Amino acid sequence: MTADRVGLRMARAFLVVVVTFAALWFGLGFLSDPVAFEGMAPTVSKLTQAVIAIILGVAGIWALFYAGNTILEALPRRATETLRPYLFVMPAIAVVGLYLIYPTAGTVVTSFTDVPEGAGLLHNYTEAFTNPDVLLNLRNNLIWLLIAPAVSVVIGLVFAGLVDRIKLESLAKSFVFMPLAISFVGAAVIWKFVYAWKPEGQEQIGILNAIWVWAGGILADLGVLQGVEPVAWLQKIPMNTFALIAIMIWLQVGFAMVVLSAAIKGVPSELTEAARIDGASEQQIFFRITIPSIRGALLVVYTTIAIAVLKVFDIIFVTTGGNFDTSVVAVRMYQEMFRFRNFGQATTLAVILLVAVIPIMVVNIRNLRRQGIGA
Amino acid sequence: MTVVANEETATRIEAKPPKKHKRRKDGMVKAGWLVRLSVLLVVLMWTLPTMGLLINSFRDSVDSSSTGWWTSVFSPFATEWTMGNYETVLTSGGLFDALINSLIVTIPATVIPITLAAFAAYGFAWMRFRGRGLLFGILVGLLVVPLQLSLVPLLQVYQGTGLTGSFVGIWLAHTGFGLPLAVFILYGFISQLPQDLFESAYIDGASPFTAFTKLVLPLSVPALASFAIFQFLWVWNDFLVALVFLGTSSDVAVLTIELASIVGSRGEAYHLLTAAAFVSMVIPLVVFLALQRYFVRGLLAGSVKG
Repeated sequence: MTADRVGLRMARAFLVVVVTFAALWFGLGFLSDPVAFEGMAPTVSKLTQAVIAIILGVAGIWALFYAGNTILEALPRRATETLRPYLFVMPAIAVVGLYLIYPTAGTVVTSFTDVPEGAGLLHNYTEAFTNPDVLLNLRNNLIWLLIAPAVSVVIGLVFAGLVDRIKLESLAKSFVFMPLAISFVGAAVIWKFVYAWKPEGQEQIGILNAIWVWAGGILADLGVLQGVEPVAWLQKIPMNTFALIAIMIWLQVGFAMVVLSAAIKGVPSELTEAARIDGASEQQIFFRITIPSIRGALLVVYTTIAIAVLKVFDIIFVTTGGNFDTSVVAVRMYQEMFRFRNFGQATTLAVILLVAVIPIMVVNIRNLRRQGIGA
Repeated sequence: MTVVANEETATRIEAKPPKKHKRRKDGMVKAGWLVRLSVLLVVLMWTLPTMGLLINSFRDSVDSSSTGWWTSVFSPFATEWTMGNYETVLTSGGLFDALINSLIVTIPATVIPITLAAFAAYGFAWMRFRGRGLLFGILVGLLVVPLQLSLVPLLQVYQGTGLTGSFVGIWLAHTGFGLPLAVFILYGFISQLPQDLFESAYIDGASPFTAFTKLVLPLSVPALASFAIFQFLWVWNDFLVALVFLGTSSDVAVLTIELASIVGSRGEAYHLLTAAAFVSMVIPLVVFLALQRYFVRGLLAGSVKG
């Protein structure tokens, strides 16, 4: 290869890089420039910005890789071959380094060092574990953890087992599955209506109170009890925590059902058929054959929901804001961060969360590998 | 021989008329009324809440704040149905802007991590270099870290560099939080591609970059789609990351933020809140219903997201 051609390639690579960076720089600057869109109607301006932003984001990442590759291939051959793998893996490593490794280390360090003058390293932790509010949050997390995953798995499992025998199976499954596409915030709004409360005597507009008052009225007519008052489900302690947990269960059952349903269908039909011939009842088959065969899937579902539950934030933040004794660690952490600006406490709570999540996560990943999913 | 004998017995027994239960063609026992009833009950419990929301969003403010949505179901002709709530939330509130902002955030925040992860997965699967095992272990091991661990230090970096409230900032944040999972899923798929494929491409003079874009990516569409749907729904429905890094100002607020702020400020305006909630759900529901098949796969693999 002549020196001439190497020079040409270098020049081309240089040009590609300059153009890429200039385009990104200009584009991002344009986007954050308030004056650029002033002349347009608000809707048009918003849509124009959207188009530019999306193109920049999507094309930008590809342009960067293309530019990187152009430089790489312009280098002498030996260098190209040695450096090539790093072009492929380093961008990902750099991003997780900045967004996960550095901050996690920072969080752990801050939780020990961000303490008042003269206090010991464990100050934040003793503070957290002696603060009655934090203890209440931990207790709530524990209640969530004990109820939500177990109930979701049981409902999902029973539903998956039953629906297997019904004609409209896929339709029935779609209905239960659908909440998976709904955000926690959206679900919180949906359930605020279910739990809506009006004073006694007014017509109830929340379906739960409507049923509650109606059923209570019937019982009162029968003389069983003296009629019931409508309940403010989200304010009344300790009912409200369970009302919130119900939202989580509503969101997670679909996930449990889909995974378990797939697992149930994977149980070899020879097994169940043989049991049936031996005279086993449907219940016996379900409990003695199906459930033991899908142990792995049950564990994955349980641990996955458990992790989601430990980190629960949106549902509580949007419905009660953590008031009425419903707060949990993640909500408390947000408040320490933004309301009290107490980064020492916030990071400590994050570390507590990490310590709680890691064992469950390890079980989860190990088990996933055994199931042959993913790497 | 025993096998054959067993099969014969099995056939003979099967040929006998069934005793207790009626069977379908596939040998399954037909569902009794109790089973049907319980399935119906669960389906109702899982649909009615959303149903109520949808119905309320088409009722006017007086109706929706004074009577239950079911009264309109029982007397559909006495009810004045209206599209007005949607008109109001989309034109007078910040909801239209929030919808666009959600798109601005979600599309690049899905494409960027997929791109980075696909390159990395290919590198880890098909290239030899120093530190490969270690780097891969670190990347996938980060799956265990809940994103709460990143919030405080990252917020400080963002406030220092002015990335708070910028779209680039939140694209990168979602990229960082989604990458371990993306690499985990894509590596599993890309490492299983047949080796001959690459060899013949290299013989034809393709560079690894070309082989990657022309061969690996098209062949990995199922895995890419699984992760794409998962990440799309995750980012679209995310509240915490947007709240911390993007904020609540109207020029950047996404749908979940806007919805939560309507709950806070106009929580009693049921007719508007329901319409707004439904606007925020339309796109994920459509994506989800259209691509359910891929989603289930992604869901299985994605169940480990921290």
